[in-house]
Order: sequence, then structure tokens, then C-alpha cells
Amino acid sequence: MSDMAAKPNFSPSVQAQGGIGTAPVPATEHGDHLHHDDHEHHDQHWLWKYVFSQDHKQIAKQFLITGMFWAILGGTLSSLFRLQLGWPEGSMEWLTPFLGKWIQAGKLNPEFYLALVTMHGTIMVFFVLTAGLSGTFSNFLIPLQVGARDMASGFMNMLSYWFFFLSSVIMFSSLFIETGPASAGWTIYPPLSALPQAIPGSGAGMTLWLVSMAFFIVSQLLGGVNYVTTVINMRTRGMSMSKLPLTIWAFFLTAILGILSFPVLFSAALLLIFDRSFGTSFFLSDIYIAGQALSNQGGSPVLFQHLFWFLGHPEVYIVIMPAMGMVSEVLATNARKPIFGYRAMIGSLIGISLLSFVVWAHHMFVTGMNPFLGSVFMFLTLIIAVPSGVKVFNWLATLWRGNIRFTAAMLFAIGFVSLFISGGLTGIILGNATLDIQMHNTYFVVAHFHLVMGSSAFFGLFAGVYHWFPKMFGRMMDEKLGYIHFWLTFVGVYLVFMPMHYVGIAGFPRRYYAWTGFDAFSQFADMNKFISIAAIIAFLGQFIFIFNFFYSIFRGRRATQNPWNSTTLEWTAPIEPGHGNWPGEIPAVYRWPYDYSKPGAELDFIPQNVPYSQTQSSNLPYEQDMAE
Amino acid sequence: MTALTILLVLVLLLVVFGLLFRLQILTSIFSGTFTRDIGMSNSVNAILMLVFLVVGGAWFAYSFVENFNKMNPPIASVHGHQMERMFWITMAVIGVAFAITQTLLFVYSYKYQHKEGRRAYFFAHNNKIEVIWTVIPAIVMAALIFAGWKAWTRITGPAPKNSVVVEVMGKQFNWLVRYPGRDMKLGVVNYRMIDAVNEFGFDLSDKSALDDFTTNEIHVPKGVPVLIKIRSRDVLHAVYMPQFRVQMYAVPGMPTRFWFTPTTTTDEMRARLGNPKFNYELACNQVCGGSHFAMKATIIVDEPDDYQNWYAAQQSFSQKNPEVLAALKQKPKSLVSQTVDPTEAKEVAPAPLAASY
Repeated sequence: MSDMAAKPNFSPSVQAQGGIGTAPVPATEHGDHLHHDDHEHHDQHWLWKYVFSQDHKQIAKQFLITGMFWAILGGTLSSLFRLQLGWPEGSMEWLTPFLGKWIQAGKLNPEFYLALVTMHGTIMVFFVLTAGLSGTFSNFLIPLQVGARDMASGFMNMLSYWFFFLSSVIMFSSLFIETGPASAGWTIYPPLSALPQAIPGSGAGMTLWLVSMAFFIVSQLLGGVNYVTTVINMRTRGMSMSKLPLTIWAFFLTAILGILSFPVLFSAALLLIFDRSFGTSFFLSDIYIAGQALSNQGGSPVLFQHLFWFLGHPEVYIVIMPAMGMVSEVLATNARKPIFGYRAMIGSLIGISLLSFVVWAHHMFVTGMNPFLGSVFMFLTLIIAVPSGVKVFNWLATLWRGNIRFTAAMLFAIGFVSLFISGGLTGIILGNATLDIQMHNTYFVVAHFHLVMGSSAFFGLFAGVYHWFPKMFGRMMDEKLGYIHFWLTFVGVYLVFMPMHYVGIAGFPRRYYAWTGFDAFSQFADMNKFISIAAIIAFLGQFIFIFNFFYSIFRGRRATQNPWNSTTLEWTAPIEPGHGNWPGEIPAVYRWPYDYSKPGAELDFIPQNVPYSQTQSSNLPYEQDMAE
Repeated sequence: MTALTILLVLVLLLVVFGLLFRLQILTSIFSGTFTRDIGMSNSVNAILMLVFLVVGGAWFAYSFVENFNKMNPPIASVHGHQMERMFWITMAVIGVAFAITQTLLFVYSYKYQHKEGRRAYFFAHNNKIEVIWTVIPAIVMAALIFAGWKAWTRITGPAPKNSVVVEVMGKQFNWLVRYPGRDMKLGVVNYRMIDAVNEFGFDLSDKSALDDFTTNEIHVPKGVPVLIKIRSRDVLHAVYMPQFRVQMYAVPGMPTRFWFTPTTTTDEMRARLGNPKFNYELACNQVCGGSHFAMKATIIVDEPDDYQNWYAAQQSFSQKNPEVLAALKQKPKSLVSQTVDPTEAKEVAPAPLAASY
């Protein structure tokens, strides 16, 4: 990056001089040089511009496209195991060219089935919805919406992506090894995940899984530290914490959750590596397997579950909170109304974040954990319904008496709210320890979290892509294709996951290769077929989006600077912002981000960078004081 | 056939959406409004929101009622009936919340669609209604938590003194079952003593292990509390008996337990369901390897008298396998005491984080 060194005003460290200590006053005095730099940057070697870029916008696109690759793969895996569940007696001979030895005599290998569900979960939770969602939009929106030239450390940010890339390569390669990828479920509970004797996937596949996750965690921490630092130190003039868009609040709290919880997963992974490779007994005790009594004594598999879920539960909020933030933003913009209860929205995000650390053991009610703990965790878990409810009511109140434009992003935002309600409510059943005795590990759980965190987060991701695509690529995505994509996906998701609750109430266990062995679960043959068909069609429908995305990058209608008439800062930047985001000075901020349809105002939105002195006609009394 | 129908419906749906939006472009071209930002597609989407609410709601209600009987496994335990009641009460509560919020969401989406010349109502916050919709869910949650907590402490509390004891051990990929025999005491087992014959790892130097017997099926008496002690000898498993509303993990190195009172014998249930082949099933519900999905045991609920007779007729493990006992006697005493570390072989060894109940 030699040409970077020649332009010190781009170096984030210089920027930070203005930021650290004096808080929201970044180094705008360098602004006038920046315009000059912008031209020179076109000469940058493509390798530094597109591959090893330190520009947050480029890194965001890298996260997004890698995430899309993973999402297609994760979806394909789910189609494979849905084929098995829908037609357990059917022949899969035709898949032999793709799956090779995992198809034996026309049947899917049951151990490979477990590998499929394991990899589907790992890929979707970590690689798509953590890295692909939060990685993309935290990177893209934080500097643009707080008014910063870039992340606090562009270099660390670049490392964050490349650690993710390395982790992706390792995880991807584990799909092709002789003994198959990790197969112990995405929760990798030992002893199954610790003992290759128990399942072949716990051999080299599990080693690669653990190594990959270690790099993934490094990536998350590098990213998270950057997001937090940027939000705290690099806000533009006037951008107090109480003027931040809800997206930024969500990304900020998400980053804090990640920083505090991912290291615990790292420790769990490390201890598991020790148990697997160095003969320790953290999680192993009294085991007789494959004709041999192991020497491990005194370890506890339940300890692993505590460590895993101490990350695992905050993780679901790491997945959903960025989506919540973006949905709040998209709903307000397209309803042309301020988000209802801005402070309550921040408060509920903080409440959810705090609670997310003290509810992990609700995944473990029936693991033999002390029942007293079960009572405590039931209490804490069900409390989460209150801040979650506040969010839903506030979104509804935002729509009330709005003037709604149904952009594709808006449709997905409304879909998000619907799915979040449907999936969230069943959490009230699962969080109740008594009812969880029956529901634990059944398809009821699968249906619940696929609605509330899986599909919802995907809808948040889609809303984000449709909404900020013009800022990312300077072009618009095709709205009509967006509508078709939405309605197909929305109907599809409900067709898949609503009936799945019925199967779950009947007690059908998850991670079962077939339901044919038990009388108790065999009454849903047709239903399983139905779910499989709906799932595969809904998955294929996503290619409409993929097509729209790549087509629009090159052939989409050219975007205007502020196509949605939005108030936040990113829309004051040029259509395709260069490195440094604003050619001149960074705009200062005077008002909160939700001045939509303000009575007395000329337009139905007032951007954050418009001072109160220019909007005399619409100022509220206390704002008038600030104008003078 | 179902497959074809669904496929057809979805394809048709796609075509309809496509045509609707296509039509909108064509009409907007004719009316010269093609470049307008907010056109007819806005009202098409608004109408679809309403259609989704009505059709989706109707489909959900229909399919729920249609499948209601299928999704309710018969109940055969005392606490199962209580749980079932709590489950459906909770379902009703969340059903009301579901109906209200979803209706508002789609109705608002339809009703407040963009209209030229109208302005949205600037309404940033209102402390009163925010307090109301914070407090009401909090009160409802408090009630649900209280009911759940009461039931949870009762269900997971200590088993009654008169409980029948049966021990289940999970292994890849079947369940081993053992009963305490005449002395009503389960003998010591030690995983180091496990081999092809002694699958359970009986330590026959412990006298109370001598009369323990193993079976393939689990027999329990009706109307008497049954305490299931649960072990695993390799990886995690979970004892899941959906008809009894029982679930507990089997954890290697940490014995767990669950007690329940069966209310219906197998024969009674067969008569009630009109299914002579019906059996209570025990499924493994924690992924344990390739054949996890086939790890199954059968539970037979007998009348107490039948149970007594069945119990008395069983032959103990040591009687069935005299060679295990003989091998033990041949070994020098010192070796035995080496293999059997009394601290680790205790029936319920307090493992770290072990249940204290």
C-alpha cells in the first residue's frame, strides 16, 4: 500500500487523532485534500482496490458476496436432506455423480445426512448470518452513517475479511475429505464430536471445523473491535449517541455481544482440541466405545454445553439484531414516518443484549443440569419476551398512519416483522422449562428458530441489500423482480415452517435421518413431503434474487444520490462514494435520523445534516431554541 | 400427487405475480407514468398484503384443525396431562398475540399505503401506550413463568419413596435396561468392566449387583411412580418418551434421572386407539451417530399384578452369565480392588455440575 503512505490524510490513525478523546469531532480539516486524492485513487492497482482493499465499502461487498456463496451452498445442503426426509424410501441414485460414495445402493448414507445438517447449520449461522449479514452491513453502514471516512483501522478491517476468507476455505475444504465433514450437529457436543470412533466426521472433518472456527472467531473479533471503536470515536460533528440511526445502535451492540461471547466459544473449541488431540479430559469421562474403555475421567460433557451456549445464545442475537436495526430504518424511511419510540427501541436493544448473556442454559433444561438452574433460566428467558414485544409494537406503531411505499426492501422489512412475531411467540413455549421437556430437540424447535432467527435474519439481509444496493453499486435493483422474489419467499417460508410446528408438537426429533422407524412419528409422511417441496421451491426462488443482484450491478437503472428520500448521512455522500466517502468535508449532524413527514416542513423528510436554522417552519419549540 | 399439486399452486402463484407486475408496467406505459417512482405496483403490493393475511390465515387455521389429532401424541402419564394443559393454554395466549399483531401488521400495510398528496402522521412517541404495552406482556409472562416454575419444580422434584426403579443405559445404537432385582438395590457398574457379554459393566464383586437383571423391553407398572435412572456409556443420548412427556439426556460420567407415573397400560392404550400394534416408544433425542434415528426401545405398561409376576420371573444377569462371575472369582483379589476404584464406582458419583436432585 505504498500509495497510501503518500497520503497521510487517508490513514485512519490521523483521523483518529481528531476522534479519540474529543469524541465526535473527526479530522474534517483534512477534508479539502480528500477531494484531490479521490482522483488519484483511480490509479490504484486492482489488487489493492478490489482484493486486499482497506476501504470499508469494498470489504462490505467482499463479505456480502462470500456470504451469498455460502448461502447458496447452505441452501443446497438443506435441499439434499429435505429430499431424504420427504422421500425416505426414494432412490437417490441420480445424485451419485455429485455425492459419490455417500450414496450407497441408491440411499443417502445416514452419517452423511448428519454431516449435511451439521454443515447446513454451521454455514447458515456463522458464515451467512453472522459474517454475511453483520459483516456486510456493519462494514458498509457504520462509517457512512456515523460520518467517518473509514473504519478506525482499515488494515484490521481488511484482516477481518481475510481471516473470514481463510476460515471459509478451510470449512469448504472439509466437505471433500475422505471421512466427511463434521457430523456432530452445529452444536458439536462432545463426546460425539471428540471421538472419531463414534462417527467418522469427528475425525479430520472435525479438526478442520475447529480450526476454521478459530479463524472465524479471530475475524469476528477484529471486525467487532473495529465497529465498536468506530462508533465510539469517529462520529461526525454533532452525531451524539442519541442521534445515531437504529442501524448503528444495533451494529454497535451486536459487536459488543460478539466481542464478549466469541472468546468463550474459542475457549470451548480449544479445550475440545485438547481433548481430541492431547488426551485431556475436559469433556470426557467413563467412556467405553468401539470395544475399548477410554482412560478419560472426570470431564463433563455438560460443561461444554455451558461454554458453547454462552456464545450460542448471544449468537442468535448477533444474527437478529443487525436485521432489527436495518428493518427499523427501512420501515421508517418507507412509511415516511419517524420510527415510533426511538428511545424505547434503543432501550429494548440494550435490554435484549444484556438478557442474551443470562439465558444460555434454556438450551439445556433436560441435560441433567440442576433443576434449580432450570427455574432461574426459565425466568430470565421468558423476560426477553417483554423487550421483544416492545420492538414489535413499535414497528406496528411506525406503520400506523404512515404513507407506505412498497419498495422491495419495505416488503422484506414487513415480512421480517411478520416472521419475527410468528417465530418469537413459540419461544414462549420453548423457554418454559416444563413444556421444553416435551419440545426439546423436536421439529418444534427447528421451526421456531428457523422462523425467528433464520428466515427473519435473511429477510433483514434482503431488506438491507435492496435498500442500500444503490449506495453500494450506484445502480438500482429491479423492483419487479424484487416483488416476485419477496412474495415467493414469504409464502414459501410460511409453507415450510408452519407445518413443521405440527410435526414438532407430535414429538418428531430433529437430526433424524428418517421417521420411518417409529410409530409415533410416522403419521406425517405427506406433511414431510409437502415441507420438502415447499423448501426446495423457496430455495430455487432465491436465484431470482441472485440474478437480479448480479444483473443490476452491471445493467441496473442508474441510481440517484438519495433514491429513497432518506434522512441518514450515507445518502449525502456521492452516488458511488470513493475511498474517504465524502469528497469535501464530512457533513455535520444537527438532528435525529427520523424527521419524516414533519408538520410544517416543505418535503416529507429532513436529512440529518440540515441545521434547525434552515427549517424554521417545522421546528418544535425546543428545536427552535437550538436553532437560535 | 400432493407434490404435484403444491408445485402447480406455487408455479401458478409465480405466474400470477409476474403477470400482475407486468400488467402494471404496461398500463403505466400507456398512461405515460412509467417513470413515476410510486405507481400501481404499490397498490398491488398493498392488496397482496391483505390477500396474504386472509388466505394465509385461512390456510393456517384449516391446516391446524386438519392436523390437530395427528399432532397430539396420546398422553399416558400424570404430569403429561398437566403439561398438555399448560401447553395449550400457552398456545392460546400466544395465539391471541399472534392474531392481533399479524392482523394489525397486514391491515396497516394495506390501509396506510401511499396516497398522493397525503402526509404520514408525525408521531414519534407516546409514553402512556409504551408503558401499557410493556406492562401487559410483563404481567402475562409473570403468570406463565409462575405456572411453569410450579410444574417444573414438581416434575423435577425428588421421586416418591415407593417408586419403582429401572435403569436405562444408552449406547450406540440401542438402549440397555436393568432392574435392581429382589434386593431393590442397583449394584455397582463400572465402565471398565464392559465387554461383549457384560454390556452394562456389572461389577459382580458388589453383592447388590448379583440379583440385578437386564431386559430388552422396559416394563413399568400402571399407577405407580417410576424412577428412570439414566446413564450413557459412550456419547450423549437422550431418553425421550413422547407419550409420557419424559425427556432427559444420558450423559457419560454423569448419571441423570427422571420420574413419572404411567396412567394407561399398553393394552388399554391399544384398545383406546383401536390399534392392536400400538407400543409406547423410547426414542433417542440427542444426535449420537449414524444410526441415531433408529435407536429405539419399547416400553410396556402393565397392570401392577402383571408387573409383579413379570418381575419375579426374570433371571438375574449373574445367573444367566455364570462365566462372568467365575472369571471374577479367579482373579486375585488385589487386581479386583485395583480395577474397581470404590470412589468412581459409587452409584451416583457426584460429577462436576451434576444434578443435585
